[in-house]
Amino acid sequence: MNRQSRVGAWTALVVGTLYFLIPLAATFEFSLRMRRGTYSFDAYRVVLSDPNFQASFGYSLLMALLTIVVGVLLVVPTAWWVQLRMPRLRGIVEFITLLPLVIPAIVIVFGYLRIYNSSSLLPLTGNERATDLLLVFSYVTLSLPYMYRAVDASLRAVDIRSLTEAAECLGANWPTILYKVILPNIRSGILSGAFLTFAVVIGEFTIASLLDRPAFGPYLQLVGANRAYEPSALAIIAFAVTWASMGLIQLFGSARALTPQRP
Amino acid sequence: MAFLEIDDLHKTFGSNTALHRFDMQIERGEFITFLGPSGCGKTTVLRMIAGFETPTRGTIRIDGRDVTHLRTRQRNVGMVFQSYALFPNMTVADNIGFGLRVARRPQQEIRKRVAEMLELIKLSALGERYPWQLSGGQQQRVALARALASKPQVLLLDEPLSALDAKIRISLRQDIRALQRELGITSIFVTHDQEEALSISDRIAVMNEGRIEQIGTPLDIYNYPRTRFVASFVGTLNILSGKVIDPATGKLAVDGQPLTTTQTLAPGDAGKKRLLALRPEAIVLEAPAAGRNSLQATVEEVSFLGAVVRIRARAQEAVISLDVFNDPNRILPQRGQPVALGFSHENLLVLEEGV
Repeated sequence: MNRQSRVGAWTALVVGTLYFLIPLAATFEFSLRMRRGTYSFDAYRVVLSDPNFQASFGYSLLMALLTIVVGVLLVVPTAWWVQLRMPRLRGIVEFITLLPLVIPAIVIVFGYLRIYNSSSLLPLTGNERATDLLLVFSYVTLSLPYMYRAVDASLRAVDIRSLTEAAECLGANWPTILYKVILPNIRSGILSGAFLTFAVVIGEFTIASLLDRPAFGPYLQLVGANRAYEPSALAIIAFAVTWASMGLIQLFGSARALTPQRP
Repeated sequence: MAFLEIDDLHKTFGSNTALHRFDMQIERGEFITFLGPSGCGKTTVLRMIAGFETPTRGTIRIDGRDVTHLRTRQRNVGMVFQSYALFPNMTVADNIGFGLRVARRPQQEIRKRVAEMLELIKLSALGERYPWQLSGGQQQRVALARALASKPQVLLLDEPLSALDAKIRISLRQDIRALQRELGITSIFVTHDQEEALSISDRIAVMNEGRIEQIGTPLDIYNYPRTRFVASFVGTLNILSGKVIDPATGKLAVDGQPLTTTQTLAPGDAGKKRLLALRPEAIVLEAPAAGRNSLQATVEEVSFLGAVVRIRARAQEAVISLDVFNDPNRILPQRGQPVALGFSHENLLVLEEGV
């Protein structure tokens, strides 16, 4: 690399870093100004002791876990089956899984409200538990691009066909193959997909708000509209949660710590 | 009734026919090799025996039981893959015991059988290692032990040595054969390597374009190839075009020079051209002698190959290669020198196709 392009690369890196870090630093700095004349973590203390924060964060946490479980149950067998038996359909399946990235969440949720409203054949919005279920399914749809890609990439990294056939020859049925052979060997991909799903769900606003569920996203919006310093503290907390998820993806994705394979 | 019977097996993938009428009878304890180039259908047959592919037509019977439409796990076959296909999340011992655990055998029995298999493949000390901690040869031994641990009726080996280096391939193929003999298990081995096939098999089925070209013992296949494909695929053969002079006495002519074969020629062949095959190692440089064939030719090339020297000579149209042992005391012919190529009547083979 010559000197000129090296200078260009460093300039781009510095500009990019400043572009992301300055607003973040400013937000963090502002979140510390609740007490007049000195920096303090008062805004964080207020937020963390707010029962609504705990309730909404706990609710979103539960939704995220349920979304991960349903997503894994849906995506892993599908991606495995597509790779093994219908490789020609891979392009179509990938296209379908990418649709949530191009169809706005507002369109998806209005579609749900039309199909599952209280006067429909399947009135999932008729009671709270059913609406929670609908919210989980919505989040599964939203996180499909991330979960599918993470799992599919893991499946491609191992010789899934030979492993499946070897297990079949040894007398294993499909559930056994999936549980004992496939899942342990794509664990890093599943974990990556799970953390991405967690990051998507924990701050999601549109669907939770329109389905009127007490999730963390609508709480963030509510606090942001009515308070001064707490929204900045919440934004930093939300960033920290997302970064923790990303860090865990890096950890499991690169080190493959949970799978005893050649590093 | 043979132990493994394959009758009238066909397989098409869309408009592409991968296998045309495959019939074979395999006896209990036999070691059969399917030999052929890529795309000849050998792996397709193996996968249909395993149950990974469904035949378009035909039946497969193992020990009298029709398994054609049974699931793989109901067939009791063991398989060794080219890529080893060891489960990376399990230790060597867990890999070997997988089939027994799936069959819900008692723990004590599993432990005993795994120890036996580790002993058999001489890897007793490596039971707690993971596959990636082993060499390629060791991994393939483990794959073999895993396939054999459940005592399958038939062992299928899909190019198991292709991913290994030359030295390991030779030692492992000897080990596979020794194990197969020791256990007496009916085995089918797929390879495109003719030396591997010749050295390991009881019988070989040479395949080409979805058809069996010839089935026979290694000696039969090598010494008496029936078709041009078998002649050219198994070893190096000189293919000559000969005109039949007298079918009754086996008289032919190659480039106008009279030759004799002991192989049967049909009375109607008189005057027709036939393909002839001649092994390089069957030819010697010698003066014409009674009771032996002799071809006059001119040396075109002399190539030193180490243990042997290959000489290429031309009659007129016919180009013939012959091998002589490398002997420092032997005076080799020079390029352009006329020579007489001698060989026995038995060594001049008549192939099935016409010219």
